[in-house]
Amino acid sequence: MKKAAFKVLSPTAILGYGFPEESFRRGIEKKPDVIAVDAGSTDPGPYYLGIGKSFTSRPAVKRDLEFMLEGAMKLSIPCIIGSAGGSGAKKHVAWTESIIREIAGERGYTFRMAVIHADVSKKDVIRAMRKGKVRPLYPAPEITPDEVSKSVRIVAQMGVEPLYEALDRNCRVILCGRCYDPIPFVAPALQKGYDEGLAIHMGKILECAAIAAAPGSGSDCVMGTLFEDCFELESLNEQRQFTRLSTAAHTLYEKTDPYALAGPGGLLDLRETRFEALEGGRARVTGTKFVPAKPYTVKLEGVKHAGFRTISIAGIRDPILIGTIDSVLDTIRTKVKEATGFAGSILFHVYGKNAVMGAQEPEKDSTPCELGLVMEVIAGSQQEANHVCSFVRSTLLHFGYPGRISTAGNLALLYSPSDVPCGEVYVFNVYHLMEVDDPKKLFPVNVYEVRP
Amino acid sequence: MNTVPLTEVAAVIRSKNAGPYELTVDIMFKNESDYLSLKKINYFNKELFAELYGIPVGRVMKVVYFDPAFAVKCTMVRSTVSGAPGDTDIYGAQQHAPLLKLRVRPHEKIGRRTTRSKRGAATASADPKRSEGPHA
Repeated sequence: MKKAAFKVLSPTAILGYGFPEESFRRGIEKKPDVIAVDAGSTDPGPYYLGIGKSFTSRPAVKRDLEFMLEGAMKLSIPCIIGSAGGSGAKKHVAWTESIIREIAGERGYTFRMAVIHADVSKKDVIRAMRKGKVRPLYPAPEITPDEVSKSVRIVAQMGVEPLYEALDRNCRVILCGRCYDPIPFVAPALQKGYDEGLAIHMGKILECAAIAAAPGSGSDCVMGTLFEDCFELESLNEQRQFTRLSTAAHTLYEKTDPYALAGPGGLLDLRETRFEALEGGRARVTGTKFVPAKPYTVKLEGVKHAGFRTISIAGIRDPILIGTIDSVLDTIRTKVKEATGFAGSILFHVYGKNAVMGAQEPEKDSTPCELGLVMEVIAGSQQEANHVCSFVRSTLLHFGYPGRISTAGNLALLYSPSDVPCGEVYVFNVYHLMEVDDPKKLFPVNVYEVRP
Repeated sequence: MNTVPLTEVAAVIRSKNAGPYELTVDIMFKNESDYLSLKKINYFNKELFAELYGIPVGRVMKVVYFDPAFAVKCTMVRSTVSGAPGDTDIYGAQQHAPLLKLRVRPHEKIGRRTTRSKRGAATASADPKRSEGPHA
């Protein structure tokens, strides 16, 4: 028997990025089989995994979830959230869970919720490493067990398997820690036996919501409909549409190779994929294949602590100083290090010169009329970073560089206070594939009855 | 002058992280024939990107032509891991500038602009970089 159409509503590219109420309402009217959202990304950098906070704001996440929960309750369908809180570690999941419980309390909802964690202990990673089951994801470097032990937090991207138990137990809400991005969108369809290649490819597009439509948007709703031999995409806002090109082009987004997209348990092969436009601003995709990989691997993401940062921001408008800025900044760095005995990092970001592209900047010889300068200090403690940054700022402010005629001060400081403590600095130190025997084992499923 | 700015024939020129260790740039062409003519001569290759970005060829991981989107993608090793001290572009979203000054010579355009253009096309195919270097 032919499988029925399976509809997936994707409200927004990242939980907390928002969406027009009208688009969402139109999506609900079309009676989707699941509402799913991706909340995570490594794009905002290592800080958020390290500190345990989200890169989105609580009121924004709550607003999006209110609509999604209301829709899921009304239609009695699952609401699935992937990579909760941005990085998907326990702290991030707990933060999102508290918002869901708050909404349930305010709205008087009663439902069953699964919470699936994705944290991996350093001990488990090191044990797997010693068995040769951990390898770097090039160009991440090889690392030692000692380096792993420096991580403050490690998560693994779950595949679809841990979600099956939550679906079997009829959970209204499935809150996942770090997750391969397409998974929340396709778990129910995969459980029903839909084609893996098509389902996961559809999930890859839906996880970015309307980014793949034209004009693209990270904060608008789209619907994906999975059939036995193809999937279709439609915008839920009449101002956008899926074109053949916008749909095909999305396959390139943030990926290394559009023909082979690797994930937990296998890769998507797009060499035979066909994209076509349909009437009504929709697009159809066929031909994508899933190639299972043995052994099953999951991607690990870990960060370590790398000090504390303080910055100071100023403008420079004096053409004489602008003309000699590089050598002045070198001198300041040396002077401050000598005066303080500081062994950490003093960095200068010269906006207007090469702050964005650094050594890769092709236009090396342009002379702007003003420069933006960010002075940055990374030290072993916040106190030390504050102290050294203050010294950098004051030394540069009054430095008598050769040719100087503006003797009252060298910097247009932007703020009072002039220095901003930024807190902890983290760096990625684990970005590896780990072989697992059981794709469910790392990701425990806990089921709760949520009551107002 | 029978080269055209890449910005004239491309609809999208962008850069972004592909994970914290990689930078990927996409060029999507407005029409298939410009795309195919440049693909045919393998105009976009590892050496070109290495020169544009002033990095060793070994740090250019992959150049892929993607026909369904009339697109070329190049993925490079990030000079600094995203968010590590010294990184200047956490999302990698503003690293496409070297491509904006590039001039290319799609066969189509040559055909349109100069009637006897076979020689120009042949030159481009033999050594696309000599006459159309990134800093030209």
